[in-house]
Amino acid sequence: MNTMLNEITVRIPTPLRGLTQNKEVVYVSGKTIKELLLNLESQCPGILNRICNEKGEIRRFVNVYLNGEDIRFLNGLDTPLQQRDEVSIVPAIAGG
Amino acid sequence: MKEFFDRLKCKECGRSYPKEAVHVCEFDFGPLEATYHYHKIKKYVSRQMIESGPDSMWRYEPFLPLEEEPTVGLHTGMTPLLAAKRLAKILGIKELYIKNDTVNFPTLSFKDRVVSVALSRAKELHYEVVSCASTGNLANSLAAHAAANGFKSYVLIPADLEPAKVIGSLVYNTRVIGIKGSYDKVNRLCSEIAGKYRWAFVNVNFRPYYAEGSKTMGFEILEQMGWKIPDHTVICMASGSLLTKIDKAYQEAILCGLVEEKPYAIHGAQASGCNPITAAFKKGTDLIRPIANPNTIAKSLAIGTPADGYYAIQTIRRTGGYAEDVTDQEIIEGIKILAETEGVFAETAGGVTVGCAKKLIQKGYIPQESQVVLCITGNGLKTAEVLKDHLNPIDVIEPHIQDFDKIVDFEK
Repeated sequence: MNTMLNEITVRIPTPLRGLTQNKEVVYVSGKTIKELLLNLESQCPGILNRICNEKGEIRRFVNVYLNGEDIRFLNGLDTPLQQRDEVSIVPAIAGG
Repeated sequence: MKEFFDRLKCKECGRSYPKEAVHVCEFDFGPLEATYHYHKIKKYVSRQMIESGPDSMWRYEPFLPLEEEPTVGLHTGMTPLLAAKRLAKILGIKELYIKNDTVNFPTLSFKDRVVSVALSRAKELHYEVVSCASTGNLANSLAAHAAANGFKSYVLIPADLEPAKVIGSLVYNTRVIGIKGSYDKVNRLCSEIAGKYRWAFVNVNFRPYYAEGSKTMGFEILEQMGWKIPDHTVICMASGSLLTKIDKAYQEAILCGLVEEKPYAIHGAQASGCNPITAAFKKGTDLIRPIANPNTIAKSLAIGTPADGYYAIQTIRRTGGYAEDVTDQEIIEGIKILAETEGVFAETAGGVTVGCAKKLIQKGYIPQESQVVLCITGNGLKTAEVLKDHLNPIDVIEPHIQDFDKIVDFEK
């Protein structure tokens, strides 16, 4: 395993699994959330459009968590990533 | 009944989805919402027909997303609408009403409405296990209805909930799982669980059905007001869903000819310790900034990332309402003033509604000459401990008439 690859575990929600060959988890490299999403797009074409709007912002009804923390409480798309981090993409519409 | 419920539709892009256990649009993650054949409902319903229907929320069945007769929660709803004259006087308002879901059946909160719809639908879709993410009231309701209808149930709650809300779930022999962290963490976990297990998660994959149940609170208000839309309705907000659904009920009633169209304002109420929706409203934006660590005694409203916050703001703005929030101290005062004037013991969320209504009246957002309904959503016995240091102590005396006389003498 090449540690330089900076592999991050990404948890994929049900509505997006059609783009990940039904995989719940994919492994992607990236130094920030933004870079991770771009690399995710090259692995799973079409997925970026579903997570981000035309301005490149995370969509209103998508939440992205880094190790369980909402990235809006961290540095948003510029939040830095480290080896063994876990990123979850979760639909915002739930609860209440 | 079955011909009224049309389909699920994305509230953002309008894409259609089959009537299954799905809750978000695959394309933009927008919420899916139940839609109906209103032209058919309009031909079918009338005031008289509804009035002669069952003495429960199911008199509004044509407006609910089921394909068969309801099977769960047949006695839920049709809670009293009280003319609150004494409270009206204190708040300085002409006409005030309390929609009193503190006595909803069977678990004393408005959540009995949503669970009745969700579990009736879960039966139609042949689910055997039901579950929810809850701040307490929903867990109580889900556990009770599951027990009475032979479902296996799991409820997930923040581990630090009020004891009465934990016991009020455990007693039904449900599996209670306390999550270390805020409600939003519970919610996130539930979204992941719902993607993995074939369970009916009432407020995740069954949310489009569940949320529609809240409309019955709105329909009942209209009917109990004599088929009129009140000028002002004040509603507490956690996810914001209840507020949007009461407005939807008003709109559907207009559309189907049950009430006359007129201007009305919907106002939203939150606790200052968890006010993502009112803060965004006051800032003039619809971008909700989540609250990472909610800190309020109104735990049933402590949702830092409100799913329907965006739509709640749209509704409040469209109707010319306002959004307000109150401190813990004001919540306690709200609970006390409602109990002391109207004999209704509400939980902390009810204190939020009363406290915010008071502020809205003081600030002129609700004019004194208007007609106001306060939606009181849960029972005070479930959060009684918050009042511990805020009530008069009891008098303890020997069982002697002289001792009693000493106490009441000075009150003569």
